[in-house]
Amino acid sequence: MIEVKDLHKGFGDVEVLKGISTKFYPGKTNLIIGQSGSGKTVFLKSLIGLHTPEKGTISFDGRINTKFTEEEKQQWRQEIGMVFQGSALFDSQTVEDNVMFPLKMFTKKSKEEMLERVNFVLKRVKLENSNDKLPAELSGGMQKRVAIARAIVMNPKYLFCDEPNSGLDPRTAIVIDKLIQEITDEYQITTVINTHDMNSVMEIGEKIIFLNKGKKEWEGTSDDIFSTENEAVVSFVYSSNLFKKVREAHLNKTK
Amino acid sequence: MTYLEHIGKYFIMLGRVFKKPQRAGVFREALMKEIDDLGLKSIGIIMFISFFIGGVIALQTALNLDSPFIPDSLIGFAAKRSIILEFAPTFCCIILAGKVGSYITSSIGTMRVTEQIDALDVMGINSISHLVLPKLIATVFFYPFLIILAMFLGIFGGWIAGVLSGLFAGTDYIIGIQTDFKPFLIVYAMIKTLVFSFLIATVPSYHGYYVKGGSIAVGRASTQAVVWTTILIVIANYILTQLLLT
Repeated sequence: MIEVKDLHKGFGDVEVLKGISTKFYPGKTNLIIGQSGSGKTVFLKSLIGLHTPEKGTISFDGRINTKFTEEEKQQWRQEIGMVFQGSALFDSQTVEDNVMFPLKMFTKKSKEEMLERVNFVLKRVKLENSNDKLPAELSGGMQKRVAIARAIVMNPKYLFCDEPNSGLDPRTAIVIDKLIQEITDEYQITTVINTHDMNSVMEIGEKIIFLNKGKKEWEGTSDDIFSTENEAVVSFVYSSNLFKKVREAHLNKTK
Repeated sequence: MTYLEHIGKYFIMLGRVFKKPQRAGVFREALMKEIDDLGLKSIGIIMFISFFIGGVIALQTALNLDSPFIPDSLIGFAAKRSIILEFAPTFCCIILAGKVGSYITSSIGTMRVTEQIDALDVMGINSISHLVLPKLIATVFFYPFLIILAMFLGIFGGWIAGVLSGLFAGTDYIIGIQTDFKPFLIVYAMIKTLVFSFLIATVPSYHGYYVKGGSIAVGRASTQAVVWTTILIVIANYILTQLLLT
């Protein structure tokens, strides 16, 4: 479990995160939603240790990350998997080398053992027979799947995804969402996804927190989001006519 | 950002570069790749330029020393000195700063803007050391060989130019290059090469690593990296010459 308490982060005079507190549970897909500029990315980067909070704590199963020794930090880093918005694959390396990279850096497995693990995770993300391809030869959806494979190759306890389906067509986006949800459930990973894709919210949002101007405005599930009266959430989530109609249909059904 | 802040940040970066590699095997692979990218792939241009510039130096010297009181062997002597002292170490390193410097900045800068460096950091890898140390070792170890090659080809180019143009006899040129040979001048050239190689690897890496923005920022950083590397090579050349030869 990841527990965030009173998290503050700013850059110069601008306070981006203004005291966020929440919990993310294992085996669940936890979603962070909010408008552009609401602090989602800064929040996610604070969770993975790329930003140091000015105030507040983030604890990973009771371990506060700002109090780690160098050795503990190294260990903790290996418990983390991260899927970046643009996949962040090493473009000079093949799919196999990309996925094998964390294994080469942090394990003492033999080449055969590493290859076996790489093939296993590539199969898990349905990307067999792409080992020798370069990232530039793959479609956006395939690149995301390689990024997921690289993120899970070390058996992480925590998986973070920054807008994993941005730039993908709706069908591929759903495939990626479902894949993340399945992996989360299968390995009981604590998954935190940063998104503003409403399809993801409806499909896989087991826990959703809504950020607004650096504060946690609302928290609930994908079912709760249909019935919420919170104005900021309603105006953000139901900004399109399609989702307005979906909400109306859902509310009529539950009456 | 002031110049002083840049200098401070550059030295902090250097402090992080000199860390023991996390995995020797991965480091070795990266080093071999950098030797290929930064060293072997620069041999062609250095050979081409050295040969022709060596020829031009010999021709210019011959044309400017056109006096019955000056022996023709002086052409070979002057060409040898110019090539060993300045052309090979300084001129070639400035060419390498342009070719390799822009490559280093754009490759590291692209990794920065596409979050590949963030990916390394999240994995717990010292990204600066992982990216810069193999480049630094590749340039510092390989460029001295490249510069020695440039010296040979430059002097050889001068001999060919003389023979083809008929401005001086090949034998006089060979006597000239054998006259008053001082091994310290090679040492001086090598010391300069090592310092310039260090600058060629680290200054563009600094510009690439700390780039902010998108593709335009990467392009701008590449230009700045080449300009600053060239400026620093020229300044270091002056300081080293003052320290070692006066």
